[in-house]
Amino acid sequence: MTMTGPNGAGRDEGLSLQQQRARSAVWFLAPMLVALFLVAAWPLGRTIWFSLTDTTLDNIYGGKFVGFSNYLRVRTLDSGAMLWRGTLVDPAWWNAVWNTVKFALISVILETVLGLLVALVLNAEFKGRGLVRAAILIPWAIPTIVSAKMWSWMLNDQFGIINNIMLNLGLIDHKIAWTASNDTAMIAVLIVDVWKTTPFMALLCLAGLQMVPRDIYEAARIDGIHPIKVFFRVTLPLIRPAVAVAVIFRMLDALRIFDLVYVLTPNSAATKTMSVISRENMIDFNKFAYGASQSTLLFAILAIFVALYIWLGKVDLTGETNR
Amino acid sequence: MAKIELKNIRKSYGAFDVIKGIDLEINSGEFMVFVGPSGCGKSTLLRLISGLEDITSGDMLFDGERVNNVVPSKRGIAMVFQSYALYPHMKVYDNMAFGMKLAKAGEDEIRKRVMDAAKLLQIDHLLDRLPKQLSGGQRQRVAIGRAIVRDPRVFLFDEPLSNLDAALRVATRLEIAKLHHSMNNVTMIYVTHDQVEAMTLADRICVLRDGKVEQVGTPAELYEKPNSIFVAGFIGSPKMNFLTGSFAAAHGCHTLGIRSEHIDVSNEGALWTGTVVHAEDLGSDNYLFVDIGSDEPVIVRRPGKLTIPQGTRIGLVPAADKLHRFNEAGRPIEG
Amino acid sequence: MSGTLAHRLWTILFYLFVAVIVIFAVFPFYYAIVTSFSTGTALFEVHYWPVTFDTSNYETVLGGRQFPRSIVNSVFIAATTVIFALFLAVTASYALSRVRFRGRGLLLMAILAVSMFPQIAVLAGMIEMIKFLGLFNTPWAMIISYTVFTLPFTVWVLTTFMRDLPVEIEEAAIVDGATPWIIITKVFLPLLWPALVTTGLLAFIGAWNEFLFALTFTLSEDQRTTPVAIAMLSGASVQEIPWGPIMAASVIVTVPLVVLVMIFQRKIVAGLTAGGVKG
Repeated sequence: MTMTGPNGAGRDEGLSLQQQRARSAVWFLAPMLVALFLVAAWPLGRTIWFSLTDTTLDNIYGGKFVGFSNYLRVRTLDSGAMLWRGTLVDPAWWNAVWNTVKFALISVILETVLGLLVALVLNAEFKGRGLVRAAILIPWAIPTIVSAKMWSWMLNDQFGIINNIMLNLGLIDHKIAWTASNDTAMIAVLIVDVWKTTPFMALLCLAGLQMVPRDIYEAARIDGIHPIKVFFRVTLPLIRPAVAVAVIFRMLDALRIFDLVYVLTPNSAATKTMSVISRENMIDFNKFAYGASQSTLLFAILAIFVALYIWLGKVDLTGETNR
Repeated sequence: MAKIELKNIRKSYGAFDVIKGIDLEINSGEFMVFVGPSGCGKSTLLRLISGLEDITSGDMLFDGERVNNVVPSKRGIAMVFQSYALYPHMKVYDNMAFGMKLAKAGEDEIRKRVMDAAKLLQIDHLLDRLPKQLSGGQRQRVAIGRAIVRDPRVFLFDEPLSNLDAALRVATRLEIAKLHHSMNNVTMIYVTHDQVEAMTLADRICVLRDGKVEQVGTPAELYEKPNSIFVAGFIGSPKMNFLTGSFAAAHGCHTLGIRSEHIDVSNEGALWTGTVVHAEDLGSDNYLFVDIGSDEPVIVRRPGKLTIPQGTRIGLVPAADKLHRFNEAGRPIEG
Repeated sequence: MSGTLAHRLWTILFYLFVAVIVIFAVFPFYYAIVTSFSTGTALFEVHYWPVTFDTSNYETVLGGRQFPRSIVNSVFIAATTVIFALFLAVTASYALSRVRFRGRGLLLMAILAVSMFPQIAVLAGMIEMIKFLGLFNTPWAMIISYTVFTLPFTVWVLTTFMRDLPVEIEEAAIVDGATPWIIITKVFLPLLWPALVTTGLLAFIGAWNEFLFALTFTLSEDQRTTPVAIAMLSGASVQEIPWGPIMAASVIVTVPLVVLVMIFQRKIVAGLTAGGVKG
C-alpha cells in the first residue's frame, strides 16, 4: 500500500491539507474502481461486443463481427419474400419481455401496498411488536432457491397443502397444478415473490414512517382530522421519497428476476423472463451471441427505465443533497 | 508565542464568497476573540488559521513564515471544538496522548505532559474513563487538556462554551481566562457569537460581518468608540438605543446612538419626555422601556431596585458626552 | 358505551390482521420443518401439525458426500467475498464520504448503478473472463463474480454510515497529526464496527443466496454451492422428487441465516435503510 505513513505528511510540505486529502482519496478509491471495472464494466462491454458477433460457447474466441444481425436481420428469399430474423422479431423474446413486465408491475404494486399496510401496523404501539417484526423478517432471510422449493412443495398438485386448504375451505373443487399449468404459473411466482419481498418493502416503509414526527399526528388529532385523511394528506406525502426509492430498487430487482422462476416454474412459457430466456440461449442452446444480445437489451431497458424514473420522479438516490 | 498575520485573506466555495479579503495582525501572546452574527465567517476564518480549510487567495503568516500550505498538525496549533470532539472509543489519557503518539514522542515524555495538563485542569482522577462516562464540563476540560498537551504556539477555540449550560459556561469562561494567564502568554484565538464572552475574555476583539472585518480593538475601544452602527449595536447589553428622524436631526446626524446606562431619569433639563411602557427588575439593575415617540422604545438602565410604574410620564437626560452620532452610511461623525 | 365497543372491535380486528401477517410470514418455513421430519407415507399426507419426528431426511442429506461439501463451498465463497468487499470498501467509502473532490456525486451514482445491474448483462463477459483465468468450476469464479454486487453494496452502505460520523472528531484527529490512513484505522474503524458487522452480514447473505453465477460457473457436483445443490437435488428416478431431503436441506441452510437475522435484527434494518431512505 502506498498510504502515507504517520510522519509522511512532511514529504508533502508543498500541498495543503485539502490537496493532500484529495490525493489520498485517489489511492483509496483506486482498488475499488479497478475491481469494479474488472467485474462490471469490462464484462458488460464484452457482453455487448459478443452480441455483435456470432460467438458460440464452445469457441468463445472464434466469433466474428456480424453487426446487428443477432438483433435484426433480413434475408430475401429466391421467391422474393422478405424473411426477418433476430431477437427483435423473436416471439419467444417478446413473450419473455411481456412476462417480465407483467411480473414486475404486479409484484411491485402488490408489495408496495401490502408493505405499506404492514408498516402501518408495525408503526402502531402494541404488545409483541418486536416479535411480529422478527417474524416478518423470516421470509426475507430465506434464500430464494429455498423459498422456491418450499413453495413448490406447498403448491404441489397432488400433495400440496395449499390445494388441501383451499379444497377444505371450498374455494376450489379440484386440485390445481399451480406451477405446471400455464394459467396459474405466473400466479404462483407472484405469490412467492410477494411473500418473500413484502417484508423488505415493509421495513423500508417503516423506516420512512418512523421519521414522520409524532407531534404531526397529535396536531392532526387535536384538529379533529379523520385518521384516513391524515394518512393520505400528511403521512403519504411525507414518506413518498422513502417509498419512491424502495419502489425503484424493487422494480429493478423484479425486472431482472431469474432464480425464483428458474426453480419454481422451470420451462414454463407463461413465466419465462428476460433473464431466464437469455441464459437459456447463452448456455443451454449454445446460442451464446444471441443470448448476449438479449441480455444487452435487458440492460438497455433497465438503464432507460432508471433514467426516466430519476428524471421524472426527481428521486434523490445519493442522499447528497441532504447534506 | 506566535504572531499571526493575515494578508488579504479570501475564501470562496465555488462562486460563493465567505471571507472577502481580511487583513489582520494577531500579536504574540494575545487573546483575540472573533465575534459576529451567525454566517459572518468567523468560524471559517478560524478554520483557515487552523489549516483545516484551504485559503483561496492571500497570505497567512505565523511568526513571519508563510503557512498557506502547511497542514494543521505542522502549524503548531491546537483546537478546542464546539462538540468537544473527543475520540469516543479512547480513554481520557489516550485522547490526550493521541497527538503525541502520532508524533512518535517517547512514552515518558507523553506521560509527563498528559499528567501535567491533567493536574492543571484537575482531571487527573478521570484519566481511565471513557468520554461517555464524563459530564459535559469534564469533557470540555479533557478537550482543553488535549490541546494543552500539544504544547501549541496558538490555541484555537471554536465556540467551546455553547454546549454548556449557563452556570457552567461562566465557570468555564473563568477557567479559560486563568489558563491564558498561566500559559506563559500563549496566543489564543477564540470564536463566539456571544458578545459577553468576547468582552470578558478578549485582549482585543475582531468584529466580523459578512466576511469582512468591521472593527478591531480592545473591548473598551469597541464599547466607547464603535466605528459603525453595526458594532455599536452588537457590543453591549442591552443593545444601544438608536434614534433617527428628528431626534437625530437635532444633533446633526442621521442616527443617534446612546447606551441605556448613559441616560438619566429627571424632569430637570430633560431632552426627551415619554411614557414608561414596561419595566424589568433584574435585582441589581432595572430597565425602563420608555416610549418617546421614536420607532422603538428607549431603554434606560438604572442601578438599584427603584422602579417607576408603567404609564408614568418621565423626562430623560442623555449624557451629552456619551452620544454617538452616525451618518447615513452608518459611520461615526467625529467631534 | 358505543365508543368502547367500537374501540374493542377495532382492537380485535387489528390483532386479527397482525395474526394473518405473522401466519403468512412464518407458515412456509414452519411447514418445511414439519415436512423435513416426515418420511414414507406421512410425507404424502397433509399434516398441519408434526405427527412424526423422523430425522432420516437429515441423515440422508448430511450423510451424503455432496451436500456437506456444498455447505463448505458456500461458507468459503461467501466469507471470502465479504472480506474482500469490506477491505476494498472501507477505504473507498472514506474517500467518498469525507473527502471533497470533483465528480464525487457522479461516482456515487455510478456505483449505485452497478449495484442495480442485471447480473445477466455481465454473464457473457464474465464467462469469458473466468475461462480466460482458468477459474471455471472453482470457488474463485464465484468469489470474483459476486464482487459485482457485494462491492457496490458495501461501499454504498458504509459511505452512508461514515457520512454520519461527526466531522469534528475527524478534524480533531487531523489537528493531532493523523493522516487519512490513521483516521480510518485508528479513529473510524473502532467507531464503525457495528456498521461493518451489519454490512458484512448483508453481503454474506447476498453471496450465500446467489444462484445465477453459481449455476453457470459450476460443473461438477463437488463445486456446487448450497442453492445450486438444493435446486439440483434429485431422487432415484426423474419422476420422483425427494421432497423430504430437499426440505431437510432447506432447513439446514436457512436456520443459521434466520438465527443471525434475529440476533442482528435492528442493525439489519438500519443497514437496509441506509442510503436512499434518509428523507
